[in-house]
Amino acid sequence: MTLQSPSLELGAPLVQPIATAGGRSYWQSVRRRLRRDPVTLICGGVLILLVASALFAPWLGLDDPYKTSMLRRLYPLGSPGHLLGTDELGRDMLSRLIYGGRLSLFMGVTPVVCALLIGGLLGITAGFLGGRVNMLIMRIMDVFYAFPSVLLAISLSGAMGAGAENTLLSLTLVFIPPVCRVSESVTTQVRGFDFVDAARASGAGMLNIVRVHVLGNVLGPILVYATSLISVAIILAAGLSFLGLGVKPPEPEWGLMLNTLRQAIYVNPVLAALPGVMIFITSICFNLMSDGLRAAMDVKA
Amino acid sequence: MLLYALRRLLYLVPVAFGVSLLVFALVHLAPGDPISAIVPPDAPQEVVDKLKEYYGFDKPLPIQYLRWLGVTLTGDFGTSIGTGRPVATEVASAFGNTIILAISATLLAFTLAVILGTAAAYAKSRIVDRLVTLISLMGVSVPHFWLAIVLVIIFSVELGALPPMGIGPENSTGWRLDGPHLAHMVLPTIALSVIPLGVVTRTVRSTIKEILNSEFVTALQAKGLRDDQILRHVLKNAAPTCLAVMGLQAGNLIGGSILIETVFAWPGTGFLLNSAIFRRDLPILQGTTLVLAFFFMMLNLAVDIIQTMVDPRIKRN
Repeated sequence: MTLQSPSLELGAPLVQPIATAGGRSYWQSVRRRLRRDPVTLICGGVLILLVASALFAPWLGLDDPYKTSMLRRLYPLGSPGHLLGTDELGRDMLSRLIYGGRLSLFMGVTPVVCALLIGGLLGITAGFLGGRVNMLIMRIMDVFYAFPSVLLAISLSGAMGAGAENTLLSLTLVFIPPVCRVSESVTTQVRGFDFVDAARASGAGMLNIVRVHVLGNVLGPILVYATSLISVAIILAAGLSFLGLGVKPPEPEWGLMLNTLRQAIYVNPVLAALPGVMIFITSICFNLMSDGLRAAMDVKA
Repeated sequence: MLLYALRRLLYLVPVAFGVSLLVFALVHLAPGDPISAIVPPDAPQEVVDKLKEYYGFDKPLPIQYLRWLGVTLTGDFGTSIGTGRPVATEVASAFGNTIILAISATLLAFTLAVILGTAAAYAKSRIVDRLVTLISLMGVSVPHFWLAIVLVIIFSVELGALPPMGIGPENSTGWRLDGPHLAHMVLPTIALSVIPLGVVTRTVRSTIKEILNSEFVTALQAKGLRDDQILRHVLKNAAPTCLAVMGLQAGNLIGGSILIETVFAWPGTGFLLNSAIFRRDLPILQGTTLVLAFFFMMLNLAVDIIQTMVDPRIKRN
């Protein structure tokens, strides 16, 4: 974020071919390894809790996150009736932090999922077809790589104007090239393995080879990579809102809350820092999940 | 070597062409036509048409692009709508401020990363290794603009020890190497250095760990070299990878410091970009993005070439 995107640059993961005949036992062993990894399990638990509380926020008996009150502005933490205090317009912080998860998580996950579909498709196409198609696709990606990722995200959404849709669009554009590069390099490696030749020799169609052999081997590294990208995306999306380029007030969103609460750092500093804690926790959990998945799936970084 | 550098430079030409297309497109991504940003909505149609003709917006897009490219290549990025001064002047003065901050953050991050990463790789106890891993995890996970606010809260609001914003004292005209100006740099430098610190620490640790397991280290030990002599060999072998990762991070610092510059009101390119976005000053937006992208490209090229020079074994195609 970089956000700079912290670790947007990832070397090509080394692929060890997965014997697709024994595919089930591979995923079984992944699951077994994950079960023995307490850190990953805890992070998964925290993330599930965050997502669930955001999803079911209306049924948790929270205060209305939009209800302002000039009489109870900037209550400190632990105030009766407002466990985490109130913000600069007197809205309940606990409620806004939980409701804020809805937009913040959505804005972080959606661009990565979209980029995964588009970038993955482009990368697999480029890697599998090779030659001119590869050249064309990868050179276009090089153009996007010529921009630092944060700059690209900010310039794109700056030009298109503030708004959640524009943030989603520009973040998706930022994440397509790295996903494309990783899936292209993995696909190119897989294409060179003997079992692909064997499959072709035994009369398997191109689509079949892609579906069974390429996808089967590409999925692991890409999933690991995407999990760490979500952490970057959540920070970047919050950063854009922080600059006033993302979600518009009065929507609760962690980055935007951090921005509007900046005026309160002299009055109630702990309160002003709270939304950032939520971003931090979410981002750490996604990064640790990515590490755990990488170890469990035996993907080399 | 020179041939390799030239070939890489030549290869950048199509990329630079693509970059210029994308930057040109920025103006046309903006909602409405580019003129609407500078004229009031109730302006008479003749005035709008005249302005369109003046700026060349009445021509077809390919012609507009070629005209823009031609003018830009001569170093003329147009005039800022907000201040009326040439974009090139505005960007140049902001760029210097950004570079100063980026250099100090890079130095801080790289020094700490090499020390921490090496310590973790050598550590016999798991605690040191775990601690360093935790630090690097924090570095890549922390929302750095939030960290910037937390730093301001602790060191400016609570302790009153360091200035919370600006490049220097109130009457300062620009950056200078003196006490007050350095004091203004402390917090932005720390906030900016956390991400590269996290990324590079990770790289240093894993690279050195891998080298320590290689046979030549065992051979050096068998030869009876002291540990500090062996460390020199290890560091020399780790340098190309670590430098490459750091170079990339430095580039990201220059292009990505917008959030930190906004928090600290540091008058660099990020701050310029941010105010340009809110004034809908599209020439500044275009000019800044183009300069930063161009610099990033050149930096990546330099890193690549230096890496090949340091380690000729790296095969390139």
